[in-house]
Parts: sequence; C-alpha cells; structure tokens
Amino acid sequence: MPGPKIDLSVYASETALLDGLRAGEPDACTCLVKRFAPLVYAKAVRMVADPDEAEGVLQLTFIKACEKLSTFEGRSGLGTWLYRIATNEALMQLRRGHAAFATLDTLDETIQPADLPQNLHAWPIDPARAALNAELHGQLDHALAALPASLRVVFVLREIEGLSTDETAAALDLGESAVKVRLHRARLRLRELLAGYLATEGDDP
Amino acid sequence: MTYAHKHDDIARCQELLGQLNDYVDGELAAELCHDLELHLADCPDCRVVFDTLAKTISLYRTLDATPVELPQEVEARLLRRLSLPLP
Repeated sequence: MPGPKIDLSVYASETALLDGLRAGEPDACTCLVKRFAPLVYAKAVRMVADPDEAEGVLQLTFIKACEKLSTFEGRSGLGTWLYRIATNEALMQLRRGHAAFATLDTLDETIQPADLPQNLHAWPIDPARAALNAELHGQLDHALAALPASLRVVFVLREIEGLSTDETAAALDLGESAVKVRLHRARLRLRELLAGYLATEGDDP
Repeated sequence: MTYAHKHDDIARCQELLGQLNDYVDGELAAELCHDLELHLADCPDCRVVFDTLAKTISLYRTLDATPVELPQEVEARLLRRLSLPLP
C-alpha cells in the first residue's frame, strides 16, 4: 500500500536533515534512509559477504543511529558517522557468526604457500581508464566474497574504506604487523582470483 | 646477490612478495627498493606479479565511489523495521 507522498527536498541540507531527525520527524528518518542506506548496505555486503547478514547489519545500523542521534556531535558528516556504526555492526556480526574470525589464527600471520602467485600472465586492463562496468564490478565483489573473513575485513578497511594501518589494527584489535600480513595475503589471493578473468590467455610474459 | 628467481623457491618468493607489498605501499626502505627494482628488471614473472598486484589494488580502490542500488525489498523491510511509512 503506497504511503503518503513525502517531500524529501525539505531535508536537502545536512543541517535541515539533522534538525528534522532531532525533532523526531519520521520524514527526516525516511530521508536519512533514502540518502545513506544504499552505501551502508554496499559496505555491509563487502564486509560480511552475505546478503542476509548484510541486511541485518543495515537494519541495526539505522536502529542504533536513531538511538544514538543525541550523541552525534556533528564533527564528522552524517554519512561518515553512519558508516562507522555500520563497520562496527559488521565486525560484531562477523564475530558472532564466524568462530574462526574471533580466534587468533597464527596461520593468518604468515604468507602461506597457497598465497604464492600461480597465474603469471599479464593483465591488459588499465584501471585508470577501465570504466567500472557491471561485469567487472561483479567479479571484484565475487573475489572479495571468496576470501576468508579474517583477510577480507582487513582488505576492505584498508583499501576500500581507506583506513590507515593503525586505524585498522584498532578496529580489529590486532597488531599492526598482523594487519600488514593479512593485507598482503588478501591482495595476493584477490590477484589470483581476478587473474582468471583479467589475464590474457596464452600470452606468456 | 643473484637475481635468478624461480617461483618454486618458496622461501625466496615469500621474501620478495613481502617486499613487493611494502613497495606497492611506498613503505619499503630505499635500499631494499633498489634491490627489488633490479630484481624486477630482471625477472619477468615478478614484474607481472607486481603489475597485476598494483592493478588489483587500483581496481578495488575505485569501488568505494561506485554508486549502488539498494534492492527495493531491502529498503522496504528497513523502513518497516524503523516503523516508517513507505515513501
């Protein structure tokens, strides 16, 4: 059943949106969802690699955001604040659902023989010029989802979210050297996974 | 130092791969950079690994800015969970 027509342009500026949220206006909350839910969901999918779990993360993120709104000081943008909540929720989800994620696995901290490059064909793609088409996008997400969670979250936080090594270490409660090794291993695995799609077949370097 | 490098030499590969990652991040000590660059110039396999590793990272870094569509039913369930009317 279609609800009443809502004019979301009232909340075009972040200040107006915040005022509306603080005043408890339902339309402001709907606007918050419209504006930020797509990216929160995309980030959650990348972190937890499961659409159902990502939806749970999405819902908890917005529920917590609404609860904590009074503590939002506006030092960062609303988006940045929401993405931080989403990252925390995704990490909690992973800790709950994946026993191996929470265990300190020393095997994670060294490059394994399985990480070593197998495919040694060059890639003709130029990332700077490659329009990120849907097919390539799908391949990138598919490869990321194939990583074990312990490597995937480090890669997502460092390379996609742009966190520093320190920040990633703090978010995951890991040492900096562990973050570095996991990042290296994730990159190598992703390289290998993407090589099947991006390497030129039969073109021996 | 010799630059003969076989990819079945696991110990050597691990050492070089670790360096390669630091090199990609610009965090490898200058002296080691020089050695690694000499090695890359001489080892086509390592050159491919370096090049494709750098491309892997570049491709993923563009993902954050990529617009995404939230599935309609996911949005509808979120709004319901927040007790909001569907717009």
